This record gives sequence, C-alpha cells and structure tokens, in this order.
Amino acid sequence: MPLEVNGQSYETDEEGYLANLNDWQPELAEAMATADGAELSDNHWEVINFLREYYEEYQIAPAVRVLTKAIGKKLGKDKGNSKYLYELFPYGPAKQACKYAGLPKPTGCV
Amino acid sequence: MAAAEFDTPVLNEYPVIPRLEKDVMKHSQPFVAKAEFQEKLGFPGELVDDWQQVAIDKMGELKDKYRSLQVFLDSCVKCGACTDKCHYYLGTTDPKNMPVARQDLFRKVYRRYYTLSGKLFPKLVGAEDLTKEVLDDWYSYFHQCSQCRRCSVYCPYGIDTAEISMAAREVMDAVGKGQKYCNEIIGKAQTIGNNLGLPEPALVDTLEGLEEDVEEDTGVKVRFPVDEKGAEVLLITPSADFFAEPHIDGLIGYAKVFHQAGISWTLSSYASEAANFGMFIGSYENMQKLALRIRQAAIDLGVKRIVFGECGHAWRVAYSFLNTLAGPFDFLDANYPVPQHMCEVTYQLIQEGKLNLDPSENDDMVVTYHDSCNVARASRMGDMPGGQFEIPRAIIKAVCNNYVDMPSYAIKEGTYCCGGGGGLLTDDLIELRVKGAQPRMEALKNVVDDYGVTHMAAICAICKSQFSKVFPYYDFRMDQIVSLHQLVSNAIVLEPENVSEGDEEDATDNEDQAEAA
Repeated sequence: MPLEVNGQSYETDEEGYLANLNDWQPELAEAMATADGAELSDNHWEVINFLREYYEEYQIAPAVRVLTKAIGKKLGKDKGNSKYLYELFPYGPAKQACKYAGLPKPTGCV
Repeated sequence: MAAAEFDTPVLNEYPVIPRLEKDVMKHSQPFVAKAEFQEKLGFPGELVDDWQQVAIDKMGELKDKYRSLQVFLDSCVKCGACTDKCHYYLGTTDPKNMPVARQDLFRKVYRRYYTLSGKLFPKLVGAEDLTKEVLDDWYSYFHQCSQCRRCSVYCPYGIDTAEISMAAREVMDAVGKGQKYCNEIIGKAQTIGNNLGLPEPALVDTLEGLEEDVEEDTGVKVRFPVDEKGAEVLLITPSADFFAEPHIDGLIGYAKVFHQAGISWTLSSYASEAANFGMFIGSYENMQKLALRIRQAAIDLGVKRIVFGECGHAWRVAYSFLNTLAGPFDFLDANYPVPQHMCEVTYQLIQEGKLNLDPSENDDMVVTYHDSCNVARASRMGDMPGGQFEIPRAIIKAVCNNYVDMPSYAIKEGTYCCGGGGGLLTDDLIELRVKGAQPRMEALKNVVDDYGVTHMAAICAICKSQFSKVFPYYDFRMDQIVSLHQLVSNAIVLEPENVSEGDEEDATDNEDQAEAA
C-alpha cells in the first residue's frame, strides 16, 4: 500500500513503514499522522527529529530510555518519561514515532 | 494504524469453558515473509510450484528425524483432556484452537500419506489430502499456538503440541511460506548479532547511558561492560533488555547484583541476543547458528561462566539444547552449571548473604509472579525439581514484603502463556494476542480484586512486552508488569563507599604481597 503525497507515490511495507529511508520528508510524517487521525505538534516533531538524528548516527532507533532522557533534556524533566511519550504517540513511541520518522520498525521481543 | 476491530474477552470470577464458535479465528494470519528474508535462511523465497510434494516429503523427513513427532502423531486417543487447556482456545472460542484439533490439522495429512489405513480408507480414519485449504489452515492455526506446552501437561500420553507446531512451521518454511516476524528477526540475529538489529556502537552508547543513570540514582558507579576479555561471566540476555521497558530495569538489576557480589562480567557485541527464534520455526540449523555465536563469544572473551538473563525461550534452548547445539563447553569453569540462569546467580548470592537487600524499598507494591511457559515447562533452575518455580519466588520474597500467588491452576506447571510467545509477538496478530491473554488476565484480576495485587513480575522479554501491550485492553496499566530483577534492583542497597572493582584488585594484590612478605 503506497503512500500518496503531493502527487508522488512512496512505497511502504504491510504496516505502513516507509520502504526507503531516503524517501522521507516532513510531509510524509504529516500524511501518516493524518491517516491515523492525529495532528503533529512541535513536541511530536522534537521526538521525530531526535529519532532521525539518532538513527543517522547509530543505524537503529534509540532505546526507550535513551529517548525519554533526550526528550526530558529538550522539553523539561516532567516530559522525560514514557508516560508522556505515550500521550504523544498512543501506539507506542518506539513504533508509531519510528513510522512517522521514516525509520524501520524495531523488531524482536519488544 | 487504525485500531483493530475485535471485542476484548470478558474476565470471569473463575475460568469458564466457552461455547464453540467455528472458524472465528480462521482470518488470523501473520504477514508472510518476503523472499529476501526467506532466502537468507535457506528457504525458498515464495510458494514453490510443487509445494504439495515438497511438504509431504519434508513431513516424512521430520517424522523420521524426530521419533517424538511420529509418536505424538500416532498415539492420540482423542480423550479430550487437552481441549480446554489452551489459552488461545479459552480466549478465542475457536474449536481449532483446541490442542487436539490443532494437532489433527497436521495428523490428518500424516495419516493420508504415511499410514496404511489412511492410504486405503482415508475417510474412515480421518485422513485428508494436503490441499491449498489445508495449507491455509496450517498457516492460520499453527500461528495460533505459542508452543507453551500447557496442553502436554494434561495429556495422559504427554503429546507435545509445541513440537507438532514447530514441525508444521518447518514444513511451511520448506515450501516457501514462512512468517515475516520470525524469519526477518532470525536473519538480523545472524548478521548483526541480535533480534533488534542493534549494532555495537548503539549498544555501547545505550549502556554508557545506563551507567550515568544508575550513578545519578545511587551515587555508585555500576559498570555495564561490553566485550571485556577475561571477565568471569559472559551475560547473554535478550536484546529487548537494552531497548524496552520494563526490560531495561531488569538489566540494571543484573548489573547491580554483579557489582555488589564483586563478580566481573561482560556482554558481547557479537552474541548480543539470548532469544533464539530458530526454535519457533523448528529449524535446528538456524537455532544452532545463534548458539554457536554464544560459544564463539565465550571463547573469544575467555570467560569462565555463561549466564542467561530473563528470557523464557532462551532459557529453554540454553538449558535443554545448548550443549547439543554448540557443546562441549569444557573450557568453562566446571564448578558452575553450564549455562546458568541469572536467577540462580542471584538466589545463591542471597543464600550466602552476599547481597545487602532492603525489601521495604518495594513496599509500594503487592507483587504476584507470572511463571513464563518455557521456563516452567521446558527447563529447570537449581538442583531440585521445581527449582524453576521456587527460585524466582524465593528471590521476590527476599526483596519484597508483599507477595501473593495467583490461583493454583494458573501458576507453576499449569501456568498460562502470556499470549505472545512462540513467535507471535507481532502487531499483525494483535487480536490473537489480546484474546490469548484472557486466562492470565482473569487469574491476575482475581488476586488484584481479592488481595490488592498491584504488580506482576516476569522473567521473559516476550511476556513483559506482551503484557505492557495487552494490559490496557483489560483495564490494567502498562507499568504494572515488572522485571524480576527490577525488584532486586529497587531493594539492593549500594553503599557509595563500596570498594570499586579496581580498588578491590589492588586490595587483593596488597594482601598477596603482605602474605608473600
């Protein structure tokens, strides 16, 4: 099921994750969120941008704890916990946020 | 990512055998593995043209290779003892999730091609041709078995549906119809060293972060070493322990235990996975590849002991098969079991009084314990029968003042699977996972209502992830599932003035010199 944005078609896997990391652009994240009935705020973007930076360096999404720590530093300590991240991304920060950020889905016993 | 549409099962005061609803879970099938994942493991990329013959031949090969498989296929007398024992049947009400019916999907084909009566009078003996419809049923219902072995406890012949389901999956892989979740993960573990695909720099970064966190919390520098040659213990733990919650809190617990006991340890970036998904698909070859990575890491790092972290299926493979797959381990210290479970390490240290524990640190919780299926029914801990039940409970009781067991039918050898084991912990099977958790949720609710239980501890990465995901469906909070070693971590009292490892070595050196003098 390809994702259609601005007249362009982008390949995705069965669960809607982008097939090619390099296809990613902010409009795709917006389109995925809209499809889920969500709207991306600045705080969502803090998470998405951090995921992309981390992935660029380490070729993997950050551990939940690494993510919460980083977000706590950026948005304030009261937001540096997984409860807050689940408020932003109810389907799970690791999975839903990774999808919007164009990252592959984390696999394994997670 | 719209929410899947299905009803969450009702929780009763006591287990009720549900009315049968034929084929209600026939639609439940996981994503099929793409060619790239299949071929990496040596399986055909897609369904081969002569799949029927390939499948029948593979079935013949497997029944000859594993005598147990043929015995299980031949010996069922349809007594019905297993019918209400499967959590997937209880949660879904689909009669094909009764263990005997699940076995019969495979058995009827076996009878048709490998028994005289089935060849001559198929209709009289319930034998059937292997058709596309049968293959579809296999794909649905052998991915609705978590290989937890609960049914085999109640079977008077000890027929193990898990082995039949592994064989069925192996046949499906051989014809090119593998499951995406398992096969993609096995491929990752074989190239990167773990199921997550976590490369060494990310592992090191994550662990450095944990060292900072623990020092901030406790004021003590507890180390999380990677690839340290000459360490005494090689810790093999599921990669979820580096990544997910509450898993990572368990990892912190292991580190604190090693720290306080003065045991030097290391993780390996080459063998950074305990969970062996080769078992889920019945593939000896793929299971062996991961086991050999562990052996290689142990040799390269020159360790004396191998210890496994909290991972149910890993412990089954480790305890029951590791020596066959990758042994002999004669280069390790023979004074310790090969391999050893982290719970055995912690339990022994508690017995010896080597851990300074303050159970009141967990006084905000009333804890119960979920026996993970593969630890409970496919392995052991310690040197006494039932050690796998008693040791984890003994640890919890040493670190918590409030402990309550769930009802007896739902624990120990009768434990219910979490609903996500055996390669089913994937979002495409979420309906099955939620429904399959019903018996465990019911038993948990029982002690929550009657005894005020607030948290459930587990020692398996799959159980922990599964419960965090399905708890909200049953009105529990996702953080009500905790790692066993998370409780240990809370209770362990680290004194800032503790001599650090380096100093301790100096101290020993000084003593040696003093003795020499």
